Amino acid sequence: MPYAAGVDVGSTQTKAVVIDERRRPVGRSLIDTGANVVQAAETAFARALQDAGILEESVDLVVGTGYGRYRVTFGNFQVTEISCHARGAVHMFPGTRTVVDMGGQDTKVIRVGPAGEIVDFCMNDKCAAGTGRFLGAAAAALEIPLDELGPTALRAEKPVPITTTCTVFAESEVLSWLGRGKKIEDILLGVHLSIVSRTMGLIRRVGIEPEVTFTGGVTRNIGMVKVLNDALGTEVNVSEDSHYMGALGAALFATDRTLGHYAGDQPAREAR
Amino acid sequence: MSDSLIGRGISEGGRLFREWFAEMEGAGERGQPAAYVFVMGSLAELLRAFDFQLVFPEINSLQTAVRRVAHDYLNEAEDYGYSPDICGYVKADVAVQLRKGAHPMGRIPPPSLAVLTNACNTYIKWGEIWERMYDVPVFTLDVPGTRTAGGDTWPGDTEFARDRDYVARQLTELIEVCERVTRKKFDIDRLREIMGHANAMGQAYKALLDLNRHRPSPFNAVTDGTIFLGVANGFRGTPEGAAYFQDLVEEMQYKIAHGHGTLRDEKYRLVFVGVPCYPIFRRFNEMFAEWGGSFVSSTYLWFASGGANLGWMYDLTRPIESLAEGVLVSVRHAMDAMFYQDRMIAGMIGPYSIDGVVYHPIKSCRTVSTGLADGRRALAEQSDIPSLFIESDMMDRRVVSEAQLKNRIDAFFEGLAVRRTGA
Repeated sequence: MPYAAGVDVGSTQTKAVVIDERRRPVGRSLIDTGANVVQAAETAFARALQDAGILEESVDLVVGTGYGRYRVTFGNFQVTEISCHARGAVHMFPGTRTVVDMGGQDTKVIRVGPAGEIVDFCMNDKCAAGTGRFLGAAAAALEIPLDELGPTALRAEKPVPITTTCTVFAESEVLSWLGRGKKIEDILLGVHLSIVSRTMGLIRRVGIEPEVTFTGGVTRNIGMVKVLNDALGTEVNVSEDSHYMGALGAALFATDRTLGHYAGDQPAREAR
Repeated sequence: MSDSLIGRGISEGGRLFREWFAEMEGAGERGQPAAYVFVMGSLAELLRAFDFQLVFPEINSLQTAVRRVAHDYLNEAEDYGYSPDICGYVKADVAVQLRKGAHPMGRIPPPSLAVLTNACNTYIKWGEIWERMYDVPVFTLDVPGTRTAGGDTWPGDTEFARDRDYVARQLTELIEVCERVTRKKFDIDRLREIMGHANAMGQAYKALLDLNRHRPSPFNAVTDGTIFLGVANGFRGTPEGAAYFQDLVEEMQYKIAHGHGTLRDEKYRLVFVGVPCYPIFRRFNEMFAEWGGSFVSSTYLWFASGGANLGWMYDLTRPIESLAEGVLVSVRHAMDAMFYQDRMIAGMIGPYSIDGVVYHPIKSCRTVSTGLADGRRALAEQSDIPSLFIESDMMDRRVVSEAQLKNRIDAFFEGLAVRRTGA
């Protein structure tokens, strides 16, 4: 039974997904990328195989994606995470026309056409405000675990405006609000709203078209899902595998190639 | 003719460039006054009639980036007090002036005169810097631009005649300034002769750009285009400049006849909009060439040649009036190429077999970059041609992220491939 795999080497985390011949995810793994990108890719892949209960020899093709995609040395080819998130989102939610991916330091918005082809995309460039890093900075400043950020923010009654655009300076702003006696939940909701307003800027540049699918690690934050729904005026699609969407999309491209459907090309003379 | 023709334009262009910089270096010793001018409306024809040594600070600045020393110049200007946010071309030139003309290609002479147009608002402040540094006369030519979208005026229109007369009166004033600075009398026959060479160059330049309609395209509008622009500006109005472009046309026609493309395997034909990324000039193009992408056209070849792509022909029987017309039409076209390029690009998609458009806004230049998002949107309303929007800078490597650029470029080509197969 041939399997396919995708390994998404992001700037903060590396994800791997193994899918079966029916394109169902059967193994997943998630680790911190760290400094050794090659090792992160190998470890994530090995753990996904373990999760799937299969050996490497059973995997037909592996596709690397993410910033570190060319460091997936055991990979057969590479596809950008822009294409992979779109591919994965459309696979999970066929009505997807807009993908919003919020990762560790990257936020991207992708508009897809009826055949799942990328129509346009937009990403943050010079600044990680509006990404998971902003949440991470707030969590560190408030000494709250990441997975409690969302539930805590949803208890807010009066969100505090966070005006700083810089993720690093945001820590000082958060602490100054604390010093003025503001509640943690109000500050946190303010942080979430600040992030979503920057994301809305990207979304408007690309154009909103329903259905909107939310992907990336920040999807685990129920507070962010809610504020995004409110800002868009529509419910976004969120899958249990939203965090793995890039790796899933990569695995799907691998299957496309095996089945002869893969339309993509590869750049020549790329350093491996 | 033989394959030895191939590459002649690049090597000749390099030789002419080195010759030009050597001449600039010797200007002081020769007692030749130097005129600082700009690519959008250099008035080269008129200034050559007074034997000015032409200096293009924009070109001097971009050469520091191509030669990977721009950061030194930018840092020096910023230490002096200029903001990181302003045009890198200006800052690099300020450092050249602070270093008494020291430049990687040779010493740049100080200005005896500066001539600029309103095509770029930064030109005006730049001129003021030289005014402060050198007490040099700065002449600003006010060129009426397009005042109604789609409402260009042409010879025969009343409004055109008024605009032409406005420009012609200013040219007359410029002649007086040149006579004062050089202590030479204006020679209208000399101007005619120079304008004749400019005519020949302009015709060949236009013919050259048209040749890239062929498949495969014989030249790269960005990498080769930068060399072409150097000669088009530095040698405008000279017999060498005219001959260079006539030879280029011959070379490209040869390449077309023998199927020699600039890329061995041209898969995607692209238009480049904006100013190139000089800090990683070769690598930037490689990120497209790796996918078989070739730039067959660039708006840079339009606005940075001062609108020479129009191939405007001067009427030598009435040189001042015709020069005013040419300046009016060409500089207006250069401004339109920055701000209203959507119509021009939509019109070339079929003839040039365009597969995609790459917009490259730069941090340095709000003049060029502001409105590129609107230009892109306007094009999207006229055509479903795919486009990519990537930002960096033409001078400052601190805001050029190769990894970010590559990610976006790769995704763009992945999308083009899917589109092509209809998958």
